[in-house]
Amino acid sequence: MKKIVKFTLNGQPHVGAVADNILLIDYLRGMGLTGTKTGCDGGECGACTVLINDQPALACLTLAPTVQGARVETIESQSRGGGLSDIQLGFHHKLGSQCGFCTPGFIMAAEGLLRRNPQPNDEEIREALGSNICRCTGYVKIIEAVKWAAKERGRGVR
Amino acid sequence: MTETTTRVRSIGLHVPMVDGPEKVSGRAKYTADLVPVGALAGRIFRSSCSHAEIISLDTSAALKLPGVMAIVTGADCDTTFGVLPIAATEYPLARVRIRYQGEPVAAVAAVDDATAKKALSLIKLKVRELPAYLTPEAATAKDAIDLHEKRPGNIEREADYELGDVTAGFAKADLVREQTFTTSEVCQAHMEPHAAIAEFDPVRSRLTVHCTTQVPYYVHLMLARCLKMDKSQIRVVKPQLGGGFGARTEALNVELICALLAKKAGGTVRLLISREETFLTSRCRPQSWLRMKIGLTKEGQITAAELETIQRGGAYSGYGIVTILYAGALLYGLYDLPSVKFLGKRILTNTPPSGAMRGHGTVKTRFAFEALLDSMARELDLDPFTVRRANLLKAPTFTKNDLMVNSYGLAECLDWTEKASGWKIKKGKLEKGRGIGMACSHYISGAAKPVNWTGEPHATINLKLDFDGSVVVLTGAAEIGQGSSTILVQCVAEVLGLDLSRIRIVAGDSEVTPKDNGSYSSRVTFMVGNAAVEAARNLKTVLVTAAARELGVKPEDIEVLGEIYRAASQDKGLSYDQVVAAALKDSGTIMVKGTFTTPLEAQGGKAYRGAAVGATMGFSYAAQVVEVSVDEETGQVTVEKVWAAHDCGKALNRLTVEGQIQGSVWMGMGQALSEEVVYHPKSGLPLTASLLDYRVPTIKDSPPIECHIVESNDPNGPFGAKEAGEGSLAAFIPAFTNAIEDAIGIRFTDLPVTPDKIFAAMEKRKRATGKL
Repeated sequence: MKKIVKFTLNGQPHVGAVADNILLIDYLRGMGLTGTKTGCDGGECGACTVLINDQPALACLTLAPTVQGARVETIESQSRGGGLSDIQLGFHHKLGSQCGFCTPGFIMAAEGLLRRNPQPNDEEIREALGSNICRCTGYVKIIEAVKWAAKERGRGVR
Repeated sequence: MTETTTRVRSIGLHVPMVDGPEKVSGRAKYTADLVPVGALAGRIFRSSCSHAEIISLDTSAALKLPGVMAIVTGADCDTTFGVLPIAATEYPLARVRIRYQGEPVAAVAAVDDATAKKALSLIKLKVRELPAYLTPEAATAKDAIDLHEKRPGNIEREADYELGDVTAGFAKADLVREQTFTTSEVCQAHMEPHAAIAEFDPVRSRLTVHCTTQVPYYVHLMLARCLKMDKSQIRVVKPQLGGGFGARTEALNVELICALLAKKAGGTVRLLISREETFLTSRCRPQSWLRMKIGLTKEGQITAAELETIQRGGAYSGYGIVTILYAGALLYGLYDLPSVKFLGKRILTNTPPSGAMRGHGTVKTRFAFEALLDSMARELDLDPFTVRRANLLKAPTFTKNDLMVNSYGLAECLDWTEKASGWKIKKGKLEKGRGIGMACSHYISGAAKPVNWTGEPHATINLKLDFDGSVVVLTGAAEIGQGSSTILVQCVAEVLGLDLSRIRIVAGDSEVTPKDNGSYSSRVTFMVGNAAVEAARNLKTVLVTAAARELGVKPEDIEVLGEIYRAASQDKGLSYDQVVAAALKDSGTIMVKGTFTTPLEAQGGKAYRGAAVGATMGFSYAAQVVEVSVDEETGQVTVEKVWAAHDCGKALNRLTVEGQIQGSVWMGMGQALSEEVVYHPKSGLPLTASLLDYRVPTIKDSPPIECHIVESNDPNGPFGAKEAGEGSLAAFIPAFTNAIEDAIGIRFTDLPVTPDKIFAAMEKRKRATGKL
């Protein structure tokens, strides 16, 4: 069974015929939004983190029909006008991203954090990114990347 | 036109990765992100028993299911594969025998994933179960049946050597101690699960495979072998790769099965491997047992060392022979050892095949060696730093097993970690439950003799320069997240004095890029980097020659200043664009090449059978201090901070070198603290095949890691560079157990050191001392 689901996707109104049992991650990736990654068999790694109404959520544990009326943002929403957002620049310049596979999930989780807490300290960053796994960096430079982005955002640079 | 009148430099700076924007924006395409139109969905049917003989395999019902386009079984491929030409023992799909739980038996290609999944449920496998040998003891018991015909007693390889007089060495020592250690199987757990897309063109009988590999060339060879195709009819592409850490340094059954399906279906098949399946197809670091014996003088000088080790190799050979040889060879290379005896055994068992993981072969050896050295230093009342300093090598030298050491920054690594960590004021003086420990490690900069020996150069780089003035680097070197593409672009840019923006790179497509052995053994910066430097020099010669002709001077009179080529300081000179145009006038598009080959003397000796393993052009060196706190109520251990010094010869890119050091230290931490692959002791069922059960440290468990780069400027490395991405892993583990002993006075020799083990040991001590 498919039903019509209306929601805001990356700032644009979106209407889709969505099967009852389809996961949000498969729906998004099926549309070509492949920045959201499948890194595990469900809820283990955080690579599929997206924002639903500003809150980080795992697209692999979210049924697509449940986003009816919500605001959904994926990594693709970060690159405004083709450029990079402050968090993306932070991950690039500070090497918060090595193989890059976990990066979209980390960036979306960090975006959620900076919206609720624009100037997080190290412990708050660790708390907010605690359900995302990175296997390359040892997380040291991820923390540096988020702090750099918070500073930029604090200065009004986006 | 902008005129740069100075050479642009990038070597030695903090340079963000050249493919960073794609990765942070989500635009980077990994294998599973490629969705060819009309691609069939692949699924693998796996064995649910650990050891069995196949009686029958009935795929007829599955084949009748509408939408199923092809099914392959062991009958479709009678050729074995394996990374070592002497140990190709594995079939892509089991034939006759099943040797581990989860081994592929059949595979389906269907119009969609739901159909493929349903088809799997219709496959009927009948087997006669055999006893499952899940440990080396069980596999080598007298009545155990052989897993393989040509491996009697289930021994994959026995390796041994004795160099120098070990008996005399131990007799000379003031203190001789022996200790056994055990380490768990650990998994690479790279973030991107395995995936492959195989496209078979039945009209031309051509095959194109995109897959998650560190070694596209080895995959190419194995595809040709297993599909009985001519190599020229195959193209292998490595898209962006989400990590490797050794799991994908050999062709895996994934890409072979996908190609077999595509060929049978006469179309395109997309095979996505789940996380659970990825765990079973990961070529983990083997579970090991080690007995280490060291002789020390009272001044801390090592007189002799002896290591006996047994590795659980899993059901197939993989890199196994190399792993056990590394475990012995890399006893050498870090300290000056007058005499060493080694006995190693690699045993075949009914568990998924083990393989090469970051720090291949040396991590367990180093754990045992450095931990025992620490205990002995304590017993002799010597500072652990003093003991290390008493045993330093003097470069240039050859070790007794003929390993070449040309640059050696270990002394500086020791000095920095001692000072930065505040060692002297902390050691033995921290508050109750807090401790500090140190250890050293090293690693090769590329295996001097590749596993697939052809006599060709070890690395080849092509550079293309065309009318647009951009230089395109063509390389088979696999960018796996370690930054190889960035380093190669930097090497070329540096030689030509050009801005990085002038250079583009195409990596890992057999149709256009030169063959490369792949990304393993930390070979790329050293070997491919050297090839890139040579290629860039050759291109520079072409440009200088053209500029000289244009200016009517001799080539040796040309001075290159960034994008200006001039004959004398008062000369306005030619712009880069003018020089390129002049160079192209005669030849059209310019292609130049650079290669690198390790000299014979670097390729190891013949001191014992297998002595070429461990040979390299240069070793990296690392020293680390780890500070921990232990909650004496719960056994919870926290790594408070790590100080890591690493001698990488020369940091071509300080940013990525730091990233590599931190990543390796942290991966060592996972092995030390929590990571452990567990199989059910009776059935062999994998119990940790998810990222919830296999405990990779999260950001909340992870400490600050302060890095220090030591530059010993290796005479043969590109700009003096050596390995940066593996050598620091091994030091963490012993530094950690040494720190725990400093904190609570208990020595742990069984990895991982989990809170329950610490708790149990503290309880045991309380009972023993009557303090419970």
